[in-house]
Amino acid sequence: MARKKAKKNGAVEKKLVGVADTVISAAERSKDPTLSIPVRSLANVTFDEKRGMIEMGRRKQARSFFNVGMAKKFMQTVLVADALAELQRADLTTSLREIYYRTKHTIRNSHENTFDGQNESDPLIEDLEVTLAALREELHVRAENSGTVVGPLVLVDDGDRVDCTRLGKGGYSVPSIVEPEYIQITKCTADFVLLVEKGTQWNRLSEDKFWRRYNCILLTGNGQPPRGVRRLARRLHEEKGLPVYVLVDNDPWGYYIYSVVKQGSINLAFESQRMAIPKAKFIGFSSADPDRYGLPRNVGIKLNDKDINRAKELLKYRWFQKKQWQDEIKRMLSSGLKYELDALANKNFQYLTKTYLPRKLKEKDWLD
Amino acid sequence: MSKPQLKSAAAPASTQPPEPKATVSAAELGARQREISVSEFFTKNRHLLGFDNPRKALLTCVKEAVDNALDACEEAGILPEVAVRVEVASNGDSPPPASQANRFRITVVDYGPGIVRQQIPRIFAKLLYGSKFHRLRMSRGQQGIGISAAGMYAQLTTGKPVQIISRTSARAPAHYFEVQIDTKKNEPRIFENKKIDWESHRGTQVTLEIEGRYQKGRASVDEYLEQVAIANPHVKLVYHTPEGETKEYPRTIHELPPQPREIKPHPYGIEFGMLLKMLHDTRSHSLSGFLSSDFSRVSSKVAQEICKGAKISPHTRPRNIHGETAETLYKTIQSTKIMAPPSNCISPIGEKAILHGLYKQIKGDFYTAVTRPPAVYRGNPFIIEAGLAYGKGPEEAADKPERPKMPLAEGEQQEDDNELANVIRYANRVPLLYQQSACATFKAALDTSWRNYGVSQSRGALPAGPMVIFVHMASVWVPFTSESKEAIADYDEIRKEIKLALQECGRRLGVFLRRREHAKSEFRRRNIFELYIEEVVEACSRLKGGKLAKEKLKNQLQKIAKKRTGGAKTDEALGSRDGPEGLPHSIIVTAEGTEGEAPDMPEVAPSEEVPGDEKESAPPAGQKTRVDSKTKDKTATPRRQPKPHGRKKAVLRPAKARKRAKPGKS
Repeated sequence: MARKKAKKNGAVEKKLVGVADTVISAAERSKDPTLSIPVRSLANVTFDEKRGMIEMGRRKQARSFFNVGMAKKFMQTVLVADALAELQRADLTTSLREIYYRTKHTIRNSHENTFDGQNESDPLIEDLEVTLAALREELHVRAENSGTVVGPLVLVDDGDRVDCTRLGKGGYSVPSIVEPEYIQITKCTADFVLLVEKGTQWNRLSEDKFWRRYNCILLTGNGQPPRGVRRLARRLHEEKGLPVYVLVDNDPWGYYIYSVVKQGSINLAFESQRMAIPKAKFIGFSSADPDRYGLPRNVGIKLNDKDINRAKELLKYRWFQKKQWQDEIKRMLSSGLKYELDALANKNFQYLTKTYLPRKLKEKDWLD
Repeated sequence: MSKPQLKSAAAPASTQPPEPKATVSAAELGARQREISVSEFFTKNRHLLGFDNPRKALLTCVKEAVDNALDACEEAGILPEVAVRVEVASNGDSPPPASQANRFRITVVDYGPGIVRQQIPRIFAKLLYGSKFHRLRMSRGQQGIGISAAGMYAQLTTGKPVQIISRTSARAPAHYFEVQIDTKKNEPRIFENKKIDWESHRGTQVTLEIEGRYQKGRASVDEYLEQVAIANPHVKLVYHTPEGETKEYPRTIHELPPQPREIKPHPYGIEFGMLLKMLHDTRSHSLSGFLSSDFSRVSSKVAQEICKGAKISPHTRPRNIHGETAETLYKTIQSTKIMAPPSNCISPIGEKAILHGLYKQIKGDFYTAVTRPPAVYRGNPFIIEAGLAYGKGPEEAADKPERPKMPLAEGEQQEDDNELANVIRYANRVPLLYQQSACATFKAALDTSWRNYGVSQSRGALPAGPMVIFVHMASVWVPFTSESKEAIADYDEIRKEIKLALQECGRRLGVFLRRREHAKSEFRRRNIFELYIEEVVEACSRLKGGKLAKEKLKNQLQKIAKKRTGGAKTDEALGSRDGPEGLPHSIIVTAEGTEGEAPDMPEVAPSEEVPGDEKESAPPAGQKTRVDSKTKDKTATPRRQPKPHGRKKAVLRPAKARKRAKPGKS
């Protein structure tokens, strides 16, 4: 396995060295060194109906060195590429923040820092991901472990066997890199995957041993699920053929989280093919549920202007054009309210585990 | 006592309220009523004259004495030289430090024309006595209150009389007086009057002992004298501070400002009552004669026109015009088209002199000055002048980058100093230090949109930046908001003129800032590339595993950079090629040198030199040229220690020159 990794690194390293080659060959020809970077915005993504995922378009932006507005960014990009290449050679993984510190120094003969904040270096890493068509994991950059899993699943992580049925209510913390080279799924007897937006609801389900009763894998990403969580869900879906259900709050952000899991995100559209789960289902919390489950109106929260604008944007996204989705979002807008999953506790503390989800699963009440 | 019953028959008694019991009769009241002398009035209302608190009183006394001295010299055609000494007065014991003292002796000496013996007591010890009130001519003083009020204040707080020494020529003896005001009669009381020996051949010296407080900073004596020096570069001023320092403000303009002429009132400027008085007092026997001889800009033709318009015979005796006829006359005068009053009655400081004054006293990168054409408010001609000093001066700027030796951490920023501009205001060359926000000049400065000129300004505030805004109003009658002459009244015409002047200054500043910004941005462009090339080359070299011809890549990139930033053209822009071309009456100061009409500042260490100044006060014709004045400056009025650029000034604060001179006063 070690040999396999080394080979892979070689390819990515070569791509990174390519950045230097761009500079050198342009200088050779007295040309302005320029990197062309795919544009990461809504305008440059297309939705592939057939495959059910967002794909990156072909629009690119030029980043030239000899342009006052871009010179610093260009220099920073080269510095980041250098730091990433260093990681490849040393076969280490690191965090975004460490990349920032690694590349920060004062430019010689000046008082100017190469970077003044992490917010300057983070987007450059994403730029390099899309430019070099290398995944973040391949660049050896990891995010914080902010996902948790519990359920009938056995993994091997760095040679350690992890049985996710025997980890108490805390579960296993999903690392940001879950590629097969690092984590192997050795056993999985679950029937489905339940991806929960919020840690609190996940805790409720874990504490109630929901996964044992309904034989499922409980996964949470604490908000917008990080890559590791999305990638693990995708692997379980792909390799073990498990359906994936997404349980989020009833607000525009919840809808968007679901869509990211399902179709991929706009910012990292190029990774959709490795991340998206086009068959994922939206199990709740739907704007129809308060009625159906008899939730009083007073546990709702008034939509603010930001919510309303975001919902209107969602209505225009090509992947929300199905009639049921238009109805779903418009119903929320016309009620003027959003609901948190936590609001189910208004009925009783175990309403989610004992009534809500069982009924949903029984009635197959979900949106596609 | 019974109420007068004259009309009570008509008024039904029942509607009258019950009468209060009167205890004082009209006769008794009448016995208590008596004349109030002006002096008594001002004794009680001294705040009206600028003696509200001890600190201000000290300033007012200095100010009145200096204003008088300057007026006297200028009127006599003598280049003014004034020495001011403020010292702590002690009552026998050792004097307290200046900051804690509450009693000061102020001595102001000039080497002016002197005062004839008979007039001395009345000038210094009679309120509302003077030469300036009854004429329409530009001067610092207006009412003849100032110096005698200062004397009265001294008398009130310390009981000491005003001491005066005056001599009108080398042949005449010097007279020494000690006087006080008899506040009841508003007449001088002479305590001492003798002939003495005095080292000056000519001039006047006034000494006042008053209660006061000495405190530096805003609206202090120091600030006042510094501002006097800015607006009066033809004055040589020596100031001995209470702390024992000697500050000298040398002369940079060696000619007197043109003598303002006296004018007659303009018909638009008088009020109805004034017209009645003039009709009564005139020596003319006919209305048309009165109009054309007692007013300015009324020709006999215009006089005929007025008479015709008012349907009054031009031969009517002026004394016989009153009541409705007079009113018709007044209205007709106001509606008749009459030329604006002549402006030779005012003498502006002049763009060159303002520039010199600012340049001399304030450290900056850019100076400009504007003198507006004469304008009129209420029939009074006036001229507005404005000036700007901007920046911190090249030395200051050069010192600055040395400060942040450490690289900045995240969240740290280079602090911006957000000081606001400083407005210095003048009326007839006299600095105004109090009531800034009530002053038309200040309001006009707020009104001006400085943002158009590349200076930041928040709403309703002065522009921000290292900037001094100079505004001067010269007029035969400056409309002050109060007797203490602290703020100029906000007439629309005046405010408009100030704004126009400031806008012109702003435009020039904008041109300067844009030019400098352009050169800077070219420089920055080049700099950015130079800096980043290093980084990029290093990073590339590391990426290539150290197998890279670094120097070659660096040279290639630098070549491209040079080509892209305009090559030689930029080199030129970075040099000092952006002189004050297209910027009239401006001075630009860069680290390389000074461009524009800057006076040459002496760089040689001064040789202590007082007698030379005496000769200077009457310079031969040839010395009036600039070249001569420069050389003169170098030898006679050195003011600074040699420094790299020879300019030792406080940042945006008037300079501190050190020198000794003798006190004196007129």
